Amino acid sequence: MERKIVLPGEEINLEGMKQGNGIYHENGKYYSYQMGVLQTYNNYANIIPLSGKYYPVRNDRIIGKVIDIAPSFWIMDIRGPYPGFLHINDTPWKNLDQDLNKILGIGDTVFLKVNEITESRQIWLSLKDAGLRKLEGGHIVMVQPTKVSRIIGKAGSMVNTIKEMTGVKIQLGQNGVVWLDGSADKVMAVKKILKYIEKEAHTSGLTDRVKKILEENKGD
Amino acid sequence: MRRKVSEVSKSADEIVYGLKREYLEKICAEGSRIDGRKFDEIRTAVVNTNFVPRAEGSAEVRLGDTRVLVGIKIEQGEPFPDTPNSGILTTNAELLPMASPTFESGPPSEDAIELARVVDRGIRESKMIDLDKLVIKEGEKVWVVFIDMHILDYDGNLIDACSLGAVAALLEAKVPASKIGAEDFPLPINHIPINVTFAKIGNTLLADPNLEEEEVASARLSVATNENGDVVAMQKGLGGSITKEELFSAVDTSIKVGKDIRKRVLGK
Repeated sequence: MERKIVLPGEEINLEGMKQGNGIYHENGKYYSYQMGVLQTYNNYANIIPLSGKYYPVRNDRIIGKVIDIAPSFWIMDIRGPYPGFLHINDTPWKNLDQDLNKILGIGDTVFLKVNEITESRQIWLSLKDAGLRKLEGGHIVMVQPTKVSRIIGKAGSMVNTIKEMTGVKIQLGQNGVVWLDGSADKVMAVKKILKYIEKEAHTSGLTDRVKKILEENKGD
Repeated sequence: MRRKVSEVSKSADEIVYGLKREYLEKICAEGSRIDGRKFDEIRTAVVNTNFVPRAEGSAEVRLGDTRVLVGIKIEQGEPFPDTPNSGILTTNAELLPMASPTFESGPPSEDAIELARVVDRGIRESKMIDLDKLVIKEGEKVWVVFIDMHILDYDGNLIDACSLGAVAALLEAKVPASKIGAEDFPLPINHIPINVTFAKIGNTLLADPNLEEEEVASARLSVATNENGDVVAMQKGLGGSITKEELFSAVDTSIKVGKDIRKRVLGK
């Protein structure tokens, strides 16, 4: 199937593919929900929106910020439509002294996953998985949540290229929050590259172009 | 640094990522800024005058990604009883919700009032406009100059963007004297004040802070100077302190940057 940009309400010819994300079915025909790029993946036709807010999906790995503390859980800003909740039982910590503020304070940044989304749209988060942790040091940069998959690249090719060539530690959240750690000029360079990828996300051959830009800047 | 629970009344957008604060303090101590500028370097300033043709004067200002629109309206009105032979200057600022997720509609916020007052003070105390020349009939009718500032896009340092816009718009403004049978004339201008704002992060003063720097700043200082290098107005904001040496260096930088803006941006 040809990769092309579609508009909301545009009819889509599935060409034998199954109906994926961003497509609805009416009177035997298929239409697009949003403006985005039509792509196929594992026999599914999906529309990757060009812009939009983050919608949490189970098992997404995201970066959240503590905005409030309740008796047994933290309320986190995850840049989604609703705040997320992180219960003390879903963390590796034991609540011995009854004061959650001593474990995570307001403004603290955590790399976590979406554990469950209940019927009433409560988003429960978890820290119990490999690699999930409280983030310390480094810097936070925001990108469009819809462009995160482009920044990761095929099997992580894009983000690994950036990591290797700049030496900056990168932690990507599916919600468009990116954590960077490294020297000030390197972090600034990565920030510029992220903005470039965001802008050029719908074009092809991006990894090679990013590689070229990074190589050119290496000499400076 | 861990923040206190008492700050929970803030909205999610207003709570700063704690590690961002640490990172900015760290790189400032190392001598660099988040966008690669020098400590006394301001962002690219672009002034576009006569942006609103129906206003008596107007200017659109872009200071980096901050964008403001300033309009001047000049109308006839009664003078204040204590200054019967002097025109009136009124400044008003509006933080439009479309400019930032943290701006709310409704009555002017504290920030909007402070912004209008600081801009007003720079213009008033520098005696930029000769208000005595704006009298139509002593004690009865004078020209009232309204400065209206609209924030279109917020990326930090509204004070400098707005005062630059107000000054640029006033320089171009014409008094509509043809309405009372005389000839239109430009506003009588004496001085050109330029405001430069600093944010203190760690132990460093940064000129023209952007939004990220403003968010984590412990103190803020605005210094307005005129073309002779005289300090005409100042405003200190936020809870942190500023040392004597920092104050003097801020004044020196303000004079230097002011000169540069007058020449490069305003062409005066």
